[in-house]
Amino acid sequence: MAFKVLNPGLFTTVQDLGRPGYFHLGIPISGAMDRFALRAANLLVGNDEGAAALESVFMGPQLEFEVDATVAVTGADMPARVDGEAKPGWTAFKVRAGQVLTFDYLKGGARIYIAISGGVDTPPSLDSRSTYPIGALGGVEGRPLAIGDIVPLGNGVGIKEGRSVPENLRRLPGSPVELRVLPGLYWRLITEEAGRNFFGDEWTVAPEADRMGYRFRGGRPIQFEERKQPFGAGSDPSNIVDGCYPYGSIQVPGGTEPIVLHRDAVSGGGYFTLGAVISADMDLIGQLQPHTPTRFVKVDMKTALTARHDRQSLLGKVRASLS
Amino acid sequence: MKTRYSFGGDEHIFVVMDEEMSLDAFFKSLSMTNAVRAAQIDGVTEICPSNASFQVKFDPDKIAPDDMLAELKTLETAAESAERRMNTRIIEVPVFYQDPWTHETLMRFRERHQDPNGTDLDYAARINGFDSAAEFITAHHSSPWFVSMVGFVAGLPFLYQLVERARQLEVPKYLRPRTDTPKQTVGYGGCFSCVYSVRGAGGYQMFGITPMTIYDPTQTTSYLRDFLVFFNPGDIVKWKPIDREEYDSILADVESNRYEPLVKEVEFDLTAFNADIDGYNAKLMEALHGV
Repeated sequence: MAFKVLNPGLFTTVQDLGRPGYFHLGIPISGAMDRFALRAANLLVGNDEGAAALESVFMGPQLEFEVDATVAVTGADMPARVDGEAKPGWTAFKVRAGQVLTFDYLKGGARIYIAISGGVDTPPSLDSRSTYPIGALGGVEGRPLAIGDIVPLGNGVGIKEGRSVPENLRRLPGSPVELRVLPGLYWRLITEEAGRNFFGDEWTVAPEADRMGYRFRGGRPIQFEERKQPFGAGSDPSNIVDGCYPYGSIQVPGGTEPIVLHRDAVSGGGYFTLGAVISADMDLIGQLQPHTPTRFVKVDMKTALTARHDRQSLLGKVRASLS
Repeated sequence: MKTRYSFGGDEHIFVVMDEEMSLDAFFKSLSMTNAVRAAQIDGVTEICPSNASFQVKFDPDKIAPDDMLAELKTLETAAESAERRMNTRIIEVPVFYQDPWTHETLMRFRERHQDPNGTDLDYAARINGFDSAAEFITAHHSSPWFVSMVGFVAGLPFLYQLVERARQLEVPKYLRPRTDTPKQTVGYGGCFSCVYSVRGAGGYQMFGITPMTIYDPTQTTSYLRDFLVFFNPGDIVKWKPIDREEYDSILADVESNRYEPLVKEVEFDLTAFNADIDGYNAKLMEALHGV
């Protein structure tokens, strides 16, 4: 019960819903960047929503199946093929033992989720199969997939072919992308004008965008209020005494390029943060390609919680449509 | 000290005890994180102490953000009157200062440094008013350090030296971070020392390297079988300078799973420490070496 990796693509990792509880030791939650897409893919093939699946960015892998399985691909728009035959996205399909799953070029979004009936069954570390490469935890030996890996699968019933998430329930970023931000944390260190510019300017996703964080460029530099740097902080006005970083928090080292921390976040450091992207928009970041035009939109806590509930109700609709 | 509370998105509360680093701020942050843990608030998923601040991650579906904030503020009063005393451990960590591996790395990234013509140690010695790197090294290892945060990446300790403010060493971070740092590099940035638990990017100045593994996801290292991360906030560390020969010998022991670091249980009392810093440190050394 396994599949063989003929080609890993660019960066394919095993991910589930992550390993909470160790951030105080610098071990991030990890797990799927786009959790909605992971849950949907698992539901389509009859797995638990949090089962481990594959996350591939920009380029899909080539996988040879050793057993019959039901597969679903969600997230980015990257058409799948089984022995050359095209398969629709957000829809369950069968793969027979000996067949090869491949992918066309990326047409939209950034990351696909490949769920397989039974789930990926690599050994968990700290109660999760999510790959955290920096700490060599989870997945296959704590690293992305490589040519020749034999990846074990769990026992899965496998569900019938053709179940599909209705199109109006699928999610990919629009253009320009809007990321909603709750200002806070060290917001008070920047000038009023810098705050207005941050939300007014158009930014683009920089090439340095990965599971740890997404960098943005193109907006005006951030200006800081005059202050005497506190003891232990370091001399740059963007420096603070090293502290914790929330997931989604936005740091601007040197005041130039904002970085939004994501699922493999560093747990802390010495740069000020000006707020955090709300939880409802974190999945969306996982689907951004470099050079995507992006705006940060200022919201309050009430809006953040409403957006969170809207997101949960969307998932509820997906569950209902597949039950 | 003025405590500042802030939401970090809809899932975190970040609390700054003080803008500047001090042991008083660290102890208050540690007391509060202990109180949050003891309170067992439903919906709290992460409690992270960090130097002079801390962070709580929570599930806003289980506890409303405003209620979570109110809970934390209630705990602050209790934390203020908490005993500034803790049972902890003191650990001797061997350091090979001016080693060839960090030297090779710092030469590779020279154009990202404040002083492209020197070394990180020469630069740190000069800006801290020492005549030589050797004097700086002595200041670095002659008094013990306190682990005030574990994080950045898996198992990386931040350490704060147990001396009065006037004797604290301070250095800036690299102008632009390096893309490479050898595993187990002893680094320095702001007023903090650190040990890079894994190889990777880093912005701290590089002074030396320890042969002691401090993060082991395979949990095969003799002293990391119970848990993959060695350090905890509150640990006390004494650096022990070693030469190449001793480095090679300890490394061989670590790699063959027979190294046992020198660790002793101690009590740390901040009030007693503040009253007589050198005397208190001397007692910590006695506890470590069993005099």
